[in-house]
Amino acid sequence: MSMPFYVSPEQQMKDRADFARKGIGRGRSVVVVQYADGLLFVAENQSPSLHKISEIYDRLAFAAVGRYNEFENLRIAGVRLADMRGYSYDRRDVTGRGLANAYAQTLGAIFSSGGEKPYEVELFVAEVADRVEDDQIYRLTYDGSVADAQRYAAMGGSSDQVAEHLASHYEEGLDLDSALHLAVEALENDSTATRTLAGDRLEVAVLDRTRPQPRKFRRIGQPVLTTMFGRSTATDEAAPGVPPPESDDTAATTDTAATTDTASTTD
Amino acid sequence: MSHSRLPSAFLAPGSSSFADFLGQQAPGLLPGRPALAPSLPPVEAPHGTTIVAATFNGGVVMAGDRRATMGNIIAQRDIEKVFPSDEFSCVGIAGAAGLSVELVRLFQTELEHYEKIEGTTLSLDGKANRLSGLIRGNLAMAMQGLAVVPLFAGFDPDTHAGRIFSYDVTGGRYEEHSFYSVGSGSLFARGSLKKLYRDDLTPEDSVTVVVQALYDAADDDSATGGPDMMRRIFPVVAMVTSAGFARLPDDDVAAVADRIMSARMQRPDGPAAPLT
Repeated sequence: MSMPFYVSPEQQMKDRADFARKGIGRGRSVVVVQYADGLLFVAENQSPSLHKISEIYDRLAFAAVGRYNEFENLRIAGVRLADMRGYSYDRRDVTGRGLANAYAQTLGAIFSSGGEKPYEVELFVAEVADRVEDDQIYRLTYDGSVADAQRYAAMGGSSDQVAEHLASHYEEGLDLDSALHLAVEALENDSTATRTLAGDRLEVAVLDRTRPQPRKFRRIGQPVLTTMFGRSTATDEAAPGVPPPESDDTAATTDTAATTDTASTTD
Repeated sequence: MSHSRLPSAFLAPGSSSFADFLGQQAPGLLPGRPALAPSLPPVEAPHGTTIVAATFNGGVVMAGDRRATMGNIIAQRDIEKVFPSDEFSCVGIAGAAGLSVELVRLFQTELEHYEKIEGTTLSLDGKANRLSGLIRGNLAMAMQGLAVVPLFAGFDPDTHAGRIFSYDVTGGRYEEHSFYSVGSGSLFARGSLKKLYRDDLTPEDSVTVVVQALYDAADDDSATGGPDMMRRIFPVVAMVTSAGFARLPDDDVAAVADRIMSARMQRPDGPAAPLT
């Protein structure tokens, strides 16, 4: 019978953090940018149906990077929590802070429990308000820590470079068009060699406070994106400096078959 | 919101039905639960009355009067009984008002929940079937006199047409053609619709037809409220087309009701249909 080795708690946490960070580092970045009429989410995503950005509730949206099955699990839990809360109380009682707290507790508990592998995910939970200054963006990491982001935020593999680009080019009161261009530029500047991202490799959605319906989430459809940013070609794929396709998305077996979203196809 | 870890049931893979999830996690929140003991006498509660719907080329219109009654008492003069169930469908309710409103809330959440989890909307038939499942769950209450009898209508993108579904208390689902009505004044409303309905109605004409039908229902059924000219309370009229659900502004309905009222000043029984 072998004796288990002693591992100090510091070392154990560090190992787990390194493990999670490595998984997250492989994925492409996601950015959220505040613009005059709401919050814009842009992700680089080759799959038209395996979403990284989703609606949670009337004013709440969710974006994630990392392992698909893990963040999909959290997304569904968030939808269930929000729907249950809104059904048993009132729609106005579903808040971004509450959802971010629930995610933080869940991620924190999984991270520090010895029995489970830490989740290799990072999340945004964002809430759009009637006034620009009341918008909320929460960034949650694999260990359950929550950060309150202002105006813009980035997460994923090369989030530092992306955030740097956003920091130096962001202005207050952007309109949707310029915010979208800024976000795509930031994603293109995620390594030393600048890439060009075509419209069909982008996933874009907004929480639009001007939308008359209670549900403020709206996807910006492929046709609009390909008109704005073009279509990817074979040369794009083979361009130097482009990292290999993300393994997480292609490894996912379930397909939610989400090609249209009636609440959000019109632009 | 709670400040603890999400319960494992929230993280478990499972169905995309909100009602099923609620049934497992918080069955007390479902309308009609817990069921009453069968020996109790019927419960007195406000009841909603008449809902009418009619299709036109490219959509469907639904209207409901504004009265809720409890026995011989008018419980409410301005109740709303026509609701959007999602972007391309609407539901009107007749029967026990409290339970019906709760059922509509559950149905709305059910459709939205499915849409968010699956990333796609249910087909119109799928929505209609889900509603019959929810009504069947209320059967025990229906036996106590608290029946919920909705009328469901929506725009079907596959056929590009409006469709109407009616239900019975056991959850039976029946597709209706052209027009239908439910509630205590439904017999009179249906008679009126029979004479006024034609296949080439414009959306505007169809609004007039349903408001006329509600007037005829109110004329002969004491539980159905007619246009309240003094308080300016008019039926709720909703339209579902390829552009989605839209509730008609009160001013538009008021204009239609005013026109109908002034015509009925001349001829109280309403427009005469040709004999052959």
